[in-house]
Amino acid sequence: MDYTFLQQYWWFLISLLGALLVFLLFVQGGQSLLYTIGKTELEQTMLINALGRKWEFTFTTLVTFGGAFFASFPLFYSTSFGGAYWLWMSILFCFIVQAVSYEFRSKKGNVLGKKTYEAFLLINGFGGTVLLGVAVATFFTGSDFVVNKDSLTNLADPVISRWLNPLGGLEALLNVRNLMLGLAVFFLSRVTASLYFINCIQDEAINARSRKQVFVNIVPFLAFFLGFVIWTFAGKGFAVHPETQQVYRLPAKYFINLLEMPAVLTLFLSGVLSLLYGVVRTLLKPDYRKGVWFTGAGVVAAVLALFLIVGLHNTSYYPSNTDLQSSLTICNSSSSFFTLKVMSIVSLIIPFVALYIFQAWRAINRKPIDQEEMRSGDHQY
Amino acid sequence: MEALDYSLVDWSRAQFALTAIYHWLFVPLTLGLGLILSVMETVYYKTGKTEWKRMTQFWMTLFGINFAVGVATGIILEFQFGTNWSNYSWFVGDIFGAPLAIEGILAFFMESTFIAVMFFGWNKVSKGFHLASTWLTFLGASISAVWILVANAWMQFPNGMTFNPETVRNEMTDFWSVLFSPVAINKILHTVTSSWIVGAAFVVGVSSWFLLKKRESEMAEKSIQLASVLGFAGVILALLTGDGSAQQVAQRQPMKLAAMEGLYEGKHGAGLVAVGLLNPAKKNYDDRIAPFLLRIEIPRALSYLSFRDFNAFVPGISDLMDGGYTGINARGKQQTAISVEEKRTRGQKAVQALADFKKARKAGNDSLASVHRTILETNYSYFGYGFIKDKKDVIPNVPLTFYAFHTMVILGCFFLIFFVLIWYLNQKNKLSSQKWLLGLAIIAIPLAYICSESGWIVAEAGRQPWVIQDIMPTFAAVSSIQTSSVQTTFLLFAILFTIMLVAEVSIMIRQIRKGPENVH
Repeated sequence: MDYTFLQQYWWFLISLLGALLVFLLFVQGGQSLLYTIGKTELEQTMLINALGRKWEFTFTTLVTFGGAFFASFPLFYSTSFGGAYWLWMSILFCFIVQAVSYEFRSKKGNVLGKKTYEAFLLINGFGGTVLLGVAVATFFTGSDFVVNKDSLTNLADPVISRWLNPLGGLEALLNVRNLMLGLAVFFLSRVTASLYFINCIQDEAINARSRKQVFVNIVPFLAFFLGFVIWTFAGKGFAVHPETQQVYRLPAKYFINLLEMPAVLTLFLSGVLSLLYGVVRTLLKPDYRKGVWFTGAGVVAAVLALFLIVGLHNTSYYPSNTDLQSSLTICNSSSSFFTLKVMSIVSLIIPFVALYIFQAWRAINRKPIDQEEMRSGDHQY
Repeated sequence: MEALDYSLVDWSRAQFALTAIYHWLFVPLTLGLGLILSVMETVYYKTGKTEWKRMTQFWMTLFGINFAVGVATGIILEFQFGTNWSNYSWFVGDIFGAPLAIEGILAFFMESTFIAVMFFGWNKVSKGFHLASTWLTFLGASISAVWILVANAWMQFPNGMTFNPETVRNEMTDFWSVLFSPVAINKILHTVTSSWIVGAAFVVGVSSWFLLKKRESEMAEKSIQLASVLGFAGVILALLTGDGSAQQVAQRQPMKLAAMEGLYEGKHGAGLVAVGLLNPAKKNYDDRIAPFLLRIEIPRALSYLSFRDFNAFVPGISDLMDGGYTGINARGKQQTAISVEEKRTRGQKAVQALADFKKARKAGNDSLASVHRTILETNYSYFGYGFIKDKKDVIPNVPLTFYAFHTMVILGCFFLIFFVLIWYLNQKNKLSSQKWLLGLAIIAIPLAYICSESGWIVAEAGRQPWVIQDIMPTFAAVSSIQTSSVQTTFLLFAILFTIMLVAEVSIMIRQIRKGPENVH
């Protein structure tokens, strides 16, 4: 177990968490479809309760993604969060307002009224997905920052990482390629949400409208996703010289990474195929309800592959457009060997965590949600 | 040389304090109420009596309302280390980040998985599975607290690490020292058990309201019976671990202890201030103005509680500033203390040695780099003092720390008597007739929160100006962002969290008025 292995292992875990997060954004996608699929109050209650049983998974994955990034690559944490202040604060705002909305929405005395909490869910549904997608896109397109660790000895101003754009990260929204990934994540979350509703809600009207939304959203998703992928694969990437660790621009770097890492290529292609299989089979077979699992697994695999492409194989995962040599790589931004080793031992518990999540998910979703359950009052939200 | 904007530091501190104080309004109730409703459901599981299920479901509804706001306020705390304290994130991220990641893996998923079963699983899973889920939700919340408190304890007593000048950061060398440091152990136990007091006070207070209204008397009495016992246990454990914490503070953060007690001149056989009124005219430690207008002391108690010796010398702020006394240092060894001026000199040497080390390394002069490294290592214990401009900056806000500490202690003693009295009268079926006590029990709910928040004010305001004790002052930890950005987010969070709090209290009151529903 050498240092390089541990750095790669932790990049893999970060990537896996990121990939799971993108799948779990179906909760946000579902929120954005609240009024599109739910036409009556009862239907909306069914949708909210279907999502309300899972929203904490998404939230927890986001928090763990942040915590794991902090622990394994602290220079990213200090550079990106401390620099792209407004981008991250906007994302956090979208999630803060979500956290109370499920619990408070239908409770009497909630001060703001039901519609406000539903508006919060919409803000989270639209803003959370697009902004997260944009933030991740900067891993490929770069940002404007410098890192100088020697600054610590400047007693008057010892800050190591500096963001050079006055928009504090919001400038990422002005980049078309970033926006394309943001919109791809948004439409994807609506596809997975629709598939999730088909899977866990027993209601004809919701089922029919959800199937329609799968079709309506898969088209723009594919357009934005393919646009982003083709542009990224064809454009210049941020390569790292394996010996000098100097960062330089290299044409088609990410496509080269894909071709030179056959396992990642297989993962990416199988992910895309699985994603499409779940969608196509759902659209072709009116009684098919398990599309969310194929599409979900495909999302995880494809996103995982994208993260691996940008982090492994002598690549800078968080490039600086201002000062190439300030760019972050898994080598220059990681925690120490000892810390990564300790956390790797702790990470052995992850399969056990995954197992109990699976069991609990199954126990709660064994019986689909229906109108009768909502009318019985045996629901929370 | 561009200088750091100090208003940025103040606003960043204000934002962190705001979010931490709000977050801590919700966490202790989650921990305390979580334990109480887990015990209630266990009784239901064992006896099969539906009244216990009804009771559990009622308290669980209130738990859920509170939990949601705790989650909302919690996310910002974690990410704020990066957004507002980016220098800190790099300087100690190698140590501080690990507990946060472990917290996510071990605790957050446990909480978020089983809370769904707890709320939605009553008619979907077996009784045993449901009970296990309730306990695991409580356990997940408690484990979460453990890891964040380990991280906080490390900031108060940095150990199990070494500074690496190559990477310009502190790196972990001993995980067990970080996890099991005596500061961490005491802090974890003190904080978690004091949260039981908040949970118990909440249950007793709400139940007392039912008794005053002559509604749900059976549920209220049973809830009080259970909560008062757990509350009493919480107070006893919090007192014991508080004593342990104070002992740790005496050895590792003597300036904080001096501020907690308003002790300016040290002495042998120092008394503990039971009640005191500080003299507002006292502005500086060396202005020779009497620190107290009024003071009632317990003789020699501070010496004993600090060092287990009635005659031990407890240094005051003047002694800590000027040095020269013999005492126990942060590593538990007897030594003659050096002055703050001397610490500043050593700190500046350490910072300069780091700069020289980096220059030598860049020039490829390894032997010179080695010389500078030795100077750095020799003086590293005082590294943070190198950033201190005025020696008086190392004194925390004495009135804030003093009053927060004494508020916490006085309220802690109040709750000891309160829970015993409530339990006794309830046991004798006399509580319902004691209207004054039932009214006091309702007032005790906010008092429990004041007690709990005061503890955090002592811990955090008392350690200023350090974000990492002696190693990094707070202002050196801040991100390079515009002050106006932090002012805006401060305002945004202040409005948002206040609305959430108002909504939470409003919903809670409605739910309480509505009372428990029939079991179905």
